[in-house]
Amino acid sequence: MSLVFTRPKSLSERVTTYCPGCTHGIAHRLVAEVLDELDLREKTIGIAPVGCAVFAYDFFNTDFQQAAHGRAPAVATGIKRVLPESFVFTYQGDGDLAAIGTAEIIHAATRGENISVIFINNAIYGMTSGQMAPTTLVGQKTTTTPGGRDPKKAGYPLCITEMLALAPGAAYVARCSLHNVANIQKSKAAITKAFKMQVENRGFSVVELLSSCPTNWGMTPAQALKWIETDMIPVYPLGVFKDVTQEVAPGGDA
Amino acid sequence: MPKVVFSEDRCKGCELCVTVCPRKIIFIADRMNARGFRPATVTAMDKCNGCTLCARICPDTVIDVYRDAPAAKED
Amino acid sequence: MAEPVLIKGNEAIAEAAIRGGCRFFFGYPITPQNEIPEYMSRRLPEVGGVFLQAESEIAAINMVYGASGAGGRVMTSSSSPGISLKQEGISYIAAAELPCVIVNMVRGGPGLGGIQPAQSDYFQATRGGGHGDYRLIVLGPAGVQEAVNLMMGAFDLAEKYRNPVLILGDGALGQMMEPVVFPDYRGPAPTNKDWVTNGAKGREPRVINTLMLDPDDLYRHNLKLQAKYARISENEVKYEEYMTDDAEWVLVAYGTTARVCKSVVDQIRPEGRKVGVFRPISLWPFPKEPLAKLAGRVKSLLTVEMSMGQMVEDVRLSVNGKVPVHFYGKAGGLIPTRAEIRNKLLEVMGTSKGGDGR
Repeated sequence: MSLVFTRPKSLSERVTTYCPGCTHGIAHRLVAEVLDELDLREKTIGIAPVGCAVFAYDFFNTDFQQAAHGRAPAVATGIKRVLPESFVFTYQGDGDLAAIGTAEIIHAATRGENISVIFINNAIYGMTSGQMAPTTLVGQKTTTTPGGRDPKKAGYPLCITEMLALAPGAAYVARCSLHNVANIQKSKAAITKAFKMQVENRGFSVVELLSSCPTNWGMTPAQALKWIETDMIPVYPLGVFKDVTQEVAPGGDA
Repeated sequence: MPKVVFSEDRCKGCELCVTVCPRKIIFIADRMNARGFRPATVTAMDKCNGCTLCARICPDTVIDVYRDAPAAKED
Repeated sequence: MAEPVLIKGNEAIAEAAIRGGCRFFFGYPITPQNEIPEYMSRRLPEVGGVFLQAESEIAAINMVYGASGAGGRVMTSSSSPGISLKQEGISYIAAAELPCVIVNMVRGGPGLGGIQPAQSDYFQATRGGGHGDYRLIVLGPAGVQEAVNLMMGAFDLAEKYRNPVLILGDGALGQMMEPVVFPDYRGPAPTNKDWVTNGAKGREPRVINTLMLDPDDLYRHNLKLQAKYARISENEVKYEEYMTDDAEWVLVAYGTTARVCKSVVDQIRPEGRKVGVFRPISLWPFPKEPLAKLAGRVKSLLTVEMSMGQMVEDVRLSVNGKVPVHFYGKAGGLIPTRAEIRNKLLEVMGTSKGGDGR
């Protein structure tokens, strides 16, 4: 009998600090699998900005830099300009990328910065215990929208990934989901495409992963995955929004 | 015969594997692990077909999967 | 010795950075330092370096963090409001013990203020500026040649201590043109840094981190930083004394203001008045001991600044009540004139046992 599935080498042995059932663990593993498969581990520098996954540096067997909130694409730019042969990825939450970091992500994409971004969208601020995120849904209860998000006061959810696809420097822009194994596999395929874009020097790549936060959504892990499918996907449609290696109609499969 | 090996001390009892197993052979044990969680486990190993769905949805790389022949379909 | 060239302060600083080994510049336009990024955008590619105009001063300082962590000799430049934006990033760089050089060509503040020279960022530069217990090595050149000399050594200094170095200039220094002799290009920068994140090939992975949630760990880290700052304080104090050997009254000033003070001394000495200038060059570490020693043998000190009174607090701390410390300052972008300083000095001399005149 042979071992057909085990922890990838780019993932450290440490048990994560993430909540039970948190999809960060799945996303981390997918990234690590792709780093292994593309043989990138030894030249990778990951960037872990503020959010639950600030501790990502403990869970990957690669060099890492911890970055200030929102600034990961700028830190990545600094690293990649000094070490153009390295592999640089950021791992950012929805507050980091779509609130405080909107300038940095847009300009990294616009510059066609040859980096890869993993964007974890769980429609809430996890690390700080459940406040509204730019991606929080209308009507969703959070600790700063206790009556449910009212767009008249708190605005609408932000689909920033579609905007990034407009950047001329973007090579690959996709949104996937982690809510079941079939979509987890599609997510891995998208991450693989994104990382290959960097390896081939084609420009900026980003993969948004619809993710869960069972603790702050007040659900079981299994219920939370269901909520992604029933409530998040209608607002954040899955698909590939840009792929410079082929003609892609909006909403095509990853 | 395929089998799954659970590193029980890594498990946080999130039960995602329980929900995806197509053979419904994963369940939450009565015992507690070192972290204070009741881990997922399998007793009816003869019914396991090595599909790896449990391992792929596990956020904590608890599960190693063993199979005989080359994988039918792997990504 | 090379021929002197007539060159603008901002451009000289940029050229000196390149000769000192800088190969990466990230910055954003703001008056009165725009010639620095503009010069870098032309020259850095010529020496195989990288220039990038960032989307903001915040993005720029974070690019500096990343680049320094990856092992690059890197700098940024800005002016007062832009330096305010950078403060979180600077705190991170200091916490992670990354070397870099930051140039502030100070303009009138607070707020958007004016574009004319000022020295009102002294507190910001020497009292953190950003959050947490940290220090920057702060150097205040008083002319274009001195700015070149300090800049040439700034990257080595930053790497020696794994600390940011801040060059505190002002709008006048940046815009003035003076003859400068440029030292030769330095050799390649050292690359064998054992903390750099450049890919974990054949070694354990490294992390550049500023997060330490365990209070014991964070306290230990702070103790380590303070020990480093103590070493810097012992070794890197820089100052100049001008005609202080027999001085009874001493002007204390740095940067552009010190030049005006020197010309006050030149003018007033023939009248028989024994006046000198004590000019700090390192503003952090502040030359406390030499100043205290000097204070012991003069009648009083007059601190002159292009501010409402910032360095004067360090002067008072150093002097510790030994002699009166007076202050004269102008803000808003005005440079104190020789006549104004002279008048204040005469007033101070007249009230020989007077307290703080402002």
